[in-house]
Amino acid sequence: MTEPAALKLKDMLKKQEILSSGHRMCAGCAAPTIVKLMGMALRGPTIVCEVTGCLEVATTIYPFTAWKIPWIHVAFENAAAVASGVIEAIEVMREKGRWSKEHVDVIAIGGDGGTFDIGFGAISGMLERGHDVVYMCYDNGAYQNTGIQRSGGTFRGQETTTSWAGKVSPGKEQRKKPLAEIVAAHRTPYVATVDPYHHRDFITKFRKALEVEGPAFIHAFSPCPRGWRSQTGKSMEIAKLAVEVGLHPLYEIFNGTEYKMSGPSRRLKELRPLDDYWKTQGQFKHLFKPEWADFKRGLQEQVNDDWEILKKKCGIE
Amino acid sequence: MPLSPKPLSNVTLTFLLLTRLRLKCSDAHVIAEDTIIVEDYQKFAADGEVHCRVIPVESEHSAMSACIGSSAVGARVATASASAGLALMWEILYCAASMRMPIIFTVANRALSAPINIHNDWSDTYGARDSGFIQIYTQSCQEAYDTTIMAFKIAEDHKVLLPIMVCIDGFILSHNVERVEMLPTEAVENFLGVRKPFITLDPENPITMGPLALTNYYFEFKEQQDRAMEAVPEVFAKVEAEFEMMTGRKYGMFEKHKTDDADIILFTHSTLGGTAKATVDVLREKGEKVGVVRLRMFRPFPTKEIVEVVKNAKAVAVFEKCRSFGAPSNPLALELRTALYDLEKRPMVTDFVIGLGGRDVPPTTIIEGYEKTKEYLKKGKAPLYETLGVRK
Repeated sequence: MTEPAALKLKDMLKKQEILSSGHRMCAGCAAPTIVKLMGMALRGPTIVCEVTGCLEVATTIYPFTAWKIPWIHVAFENAAAVASGVIEAIEVMREKGRWSKEHVDVIAIGGDGGTFDIGFGAISGMLERGHDVVYMCYDNGAYQNTGIQRSGGTFRGQETTTSWAGKVSPGKEQRKKPLAEIVAAHRTPYVATVDPYHHRDFITKFRKALEVEGPAFIHAFSPCPRGWRSQTGKSMEIAKLAVEVGLHPLYEIFNGTEYKMSGPSRRLKELRPLDDYWKTQGQFKHLFKPEWADFKRGLQEQVNDDWEILKKKCGIE
Repeated sequence: MPLSPKPLSNVTLTFLLLTRLRLKCSDAHVIAEDTIIVEDYQKFAADGEVHCRVIPVESEHSAMSACIGSSAVGARVATASASAGLALMWEILYCAASMRMPIIFTVANRALSAPINIHNDWSDTYGARDSGFIQIYTQSCQEAYDTTIMAFKIAEDHKVLLPIMVCIDGFILSHNVERVEMLPTEAVENFLGVRKPFITLDPENPITMGPLALTNYYFEFKEQQDRAMEAVPEVFAKVEAEFEMMTGRKYGMFEKHKTDDADIILFTHSTLGGTAKATVDVLREKGEKVGVVRLRMFRPFPTKEIVEVVKNAKAVAVFEKCRSFGAPSNPLALELRTALYDLEKRPMVTDFVIGLGGRDVPPTTIIEGYEKTKEYLKKGKAPLYETLGVRK
């Protein structure tokens, strides 16, 4: 029996929740919201494999757990491999008559550290093997769990505890890895970027990811008030802004080649200036100093260029 | 009633045998692409002999991770690796043991880099001796085959629920050609039955596996793990007794060879045990009172039983293929000395590090260690360890 996704508020309220309240995530953290939105998309029995990270440690402090569906954590870099093991084992046990349930969805979840960096090899392996797993990265732009260290998902100009802004440094100087596109380059059947503010878009895409045969990848933008030094009540606004300034454009990639811009990004007449985004967070405040004016202009140009390239890929002129 | 074993098979390679065995009796077999087992799999698949999924993972780290995932949903799982591959798994070895996943892991013992070297020593699994895996070292293809069958049953027992490394000396045994009595598939299936997991990832009864446990609970997890290890000898004996009923073969936690009246006992394991026994047979002909204890189970270490066998000897000469850099002696001797420490009258322990990186250990090296031990006994004093068979 396949349950429908809950897209309307009244259906959302009825959908069985997968993460209970009482977990220890920070106030204003978007990750629990992301998990709840994921829950709205589920179609039935589901197993979650998670990497080490904020969400893992703060939802499963023994002897408590906030998870209402089967959940496993092994290590920082291996949720994709664990998920491969789960899915293959279920298939073979079903063949041997030892697994009675009709269908079980397997989801792997990782933060940006566990996905962009340390778990990257395992994800690539899972994609290459074509395992029918939805991998979701909740990207809060740094190793927030261990103390806000830079990751491959950290933006240029972002200050972290390993990319300090100082007299001679404007924060992180390197680009963010284009992870969704790297994943898509494996000819992954379905890749989508999502944002918790645009919750219907999020749930719709997550459901597509579950329904597609073979691997799917969801890249979720996840504001982190503690690491970003933003107000706890502003996370959804910041998530909305990230789409509007073009730092986290919303799109889908089918089979690694076919790009489709999603509504919230497609409807933008033009990008809002990055300043609007940066000024909401302490981690970018150094960028407003006069000495970084040129650097800041460079960042804006880069985002503008990336936006144009993406529009072209999506067939929007 | 003992079953009659299948007629002797053709000569074959241990790895081929073990692969065939695992493909028959496990649900999932997880391997990195660089092992010969992948090639073997294709061969067995072509013959319709495969009854399990093979997950060809991109690294050994992912291999052990996928093993845990498969084991967590209730499948019977096996994998294989050696040396650097084992080292890459390191972190996840601890997870496998601490999460109480009964995974069977064949290790071809090989040297660790650098310099890169593909040959046999025991540095790899000795390094993993505190990972929480049970470790059993084997001497022949037959023993490796039999031990692997028994390992599933020991690991999956609810008193144990720990993963097991079945260790075979790299190349010396892993690529050895030997006649082996193979069991009929049905006999193995009847012996093992279907795995009955204690608890699984089940959507109808959702649980959280691998949580965070801090200062208030972590230690209790470790206490339980320790108890599981303590339960191993009893379960091992029970499983081996059943196996003996079926095959007439048993091996024990260690093998004694001419130890009853021995003044000096050689203490070692794996294929080196064979060399030691052959050497001892020659020394016995010359009237020397010498014997061998060939250890099989290194984790858990059969402390009491070993003490019982060696306590009346004048000396125990340890031969081991590992150097624990900076340590007062080396893994095997360290365990033995700890085991003997509380005796009022202890045999002298000598410790010879031999055969690193596949350096050949001929009987003459064993005799050199034996003669040195006799000399040290006369002097009443021995070094804590020394290396033999190396340019100094």
